[in-house]
Amino acid sequence: MSPLAPLAGIGRLVLLGLSTLGRIAIFAGETISHLVRPPFYPKEFLQALMQIGWFSLPVVGMTALFTGGALALQIYAGGARFSAEAVVPSIVAIGMVRELGPVLGGLMVAARVASSIAAEIGTMKVTEQIDALVTLSTHPMKYLTVPRVLAATLAVPVLVAVGDSIGIFGGYLVGVNRLGFNPAAYLRNTREFLEVWDVVSGLWKGAAFGFIVALMGCYYGMHSARGAQGVGRATKSAVVAASVLIFAANYLLTEVFFAA
Amino acid sequence: MITLTDVHKAFGRNRVLRGVNLTIPSGESMVIIGGSGTGKSVLLKCILGLVHPDSGTITVDGQNADTKARDAFLARFGMLFQGGALFDSLPVWQNVAFRLLRGSLKRPKAEAREIAIEKLRRVGLKPDTADLYPAELSGGMQKRVGLARAIAAEPEIIFFDEPTTGLDPIMAGVINELIREIVTEMGATAMTITHDMTSVRAIADRVAMLHDGVIQWTGPIGEMDRVSDPYVQQFIHGRAEGPIEAVR
Repeated sequence: MSPLAPLAGIGRLVLLGLSTLGRIAIFAGETISHLVRPPFYPKEFLQALMQIGWFSLPVVGMTALFTGGALALQIYAGGARFSAEAVVPSIVAIGMVRELGPVLGGLMVAARVASSIAAEIGTMKVTEQIDALVTLSTHPMKYLTVPRVLAATLAVPVLVAVGDSIGIFGGYLVGVNRLGFNPAAYLRNTREFLEVWDVVSGLWKGAAFGFIVALMGCYYGMHSARGAQGVGRATKSAVVAASVLIFAANYLLTEVFFAA
Repeated sequence: MITLTDVHKAFGRNRVLRGVNLTIPSGESMVIIGGSGTGKSVLLKCILGLVHPDSGTITVDGQNADTKARDAFLARFGMLFQGGALFDSLPVWQNVAFRLLRGSLKRPKAEAREIAIEKLRRVGLKPDTADLYPAELSGGMQKRVGLARAIAAEPEIIFFDEPTTGLDPIMAGVINELIREIVTEMGATAMTITHDMTSVRAIADRVAMLHDGVIQWTGPIGEMDRVSDPYVQQFIHGRAEGPIEAVR
């Protein structure tokens, strides 16, 4: 084996990663360009909105409820070390709306939606349904990708807003019933320390994460290899890519929104 | 008339089409035969623009298949896919009327449904099939629905990709007869891909044999049995011995 073989292997991996990123960027650009050019498919958009938004509510809500409760316990225990237990309501609220609401909401939607989109479109590809769309004079990007990406971009911020409220409520339940906070004081603290931008920045993050989730589902579905294994791999790749990109985008957006 | 001139297509190192020359006259039913993996489906997909040839030209009535006016070009075609390729999320009638519910051929919903039911009846399916979903249909019924979808917009050219694969002999006979009847009554140009010799004899006006990426032989169906080409003879009689390697 050549002594340069490990380096060549690393090089191949880097090139593969960069070419995949490039293809995803081109796919995103095409999606955006089709977003503003007719024909539009409102029925498909509304169906996607129901699938992505409405049917994701339970899982996002449950995640937020338990996260809010756990956050309250953690902050209380941590704050007790330097007599700062009173910060629980404000930190729970800020933590939920700025970070945990959008990120956990995005991840739960990635697990539920990116996988289902990739599996659905991947199956359509391997059963020639995508080819059939083309022969029926229907552009697959416009019919399959645009409605899903648009629906996710609009639905996830709403899910995040609902998740934020439920998460804060979870913190409130634990704070009042388990940690002995006065209900009125807990609510007052939450309201006083929370700023509008805290909430709005989280909603923008939600929109970005929704875009990423649906885009990854559609991209990997459209590029699925043949057979059950191909669809399975596309589904897994969609969830992994969406999750990693959500974390990366979260850091970048936090830098943009809150860097001093 | 569909004309293919020196069409080449390779996937990596696999050179599937190596200079295909073929003419399909208007109103005729051409059947392409050839072994599995010889590029029959790729050829068909090249004409539809689903696969882009590496070189060569494909024209339909003088119009290049690579045209920018894709919608108008594709509106001339109907296609029956090998597995039906019905959309799982739509009921049968919306599958059949897909083209009539959107795009340049859009009709009012009630009219589109009526046409869909009429086409379903034409392929021997009862109107109550219209509201079922593809998953609720047998393989033969799915083929019929695919056929109804292919003819729904009354195309000038219809492609059939392995129309009888996976069907029992009786259902295959029914589909063959339907294809023959529909192509004759619509006066459409038809191109069928198959390796089922019963289909070939039932559907074809002309036959072309694709082997090693080129058209090995083409001629009227009546001449097929008399032709001395050893490739054609081996294929149509299904012999293991001959110039075509049995293991590919």
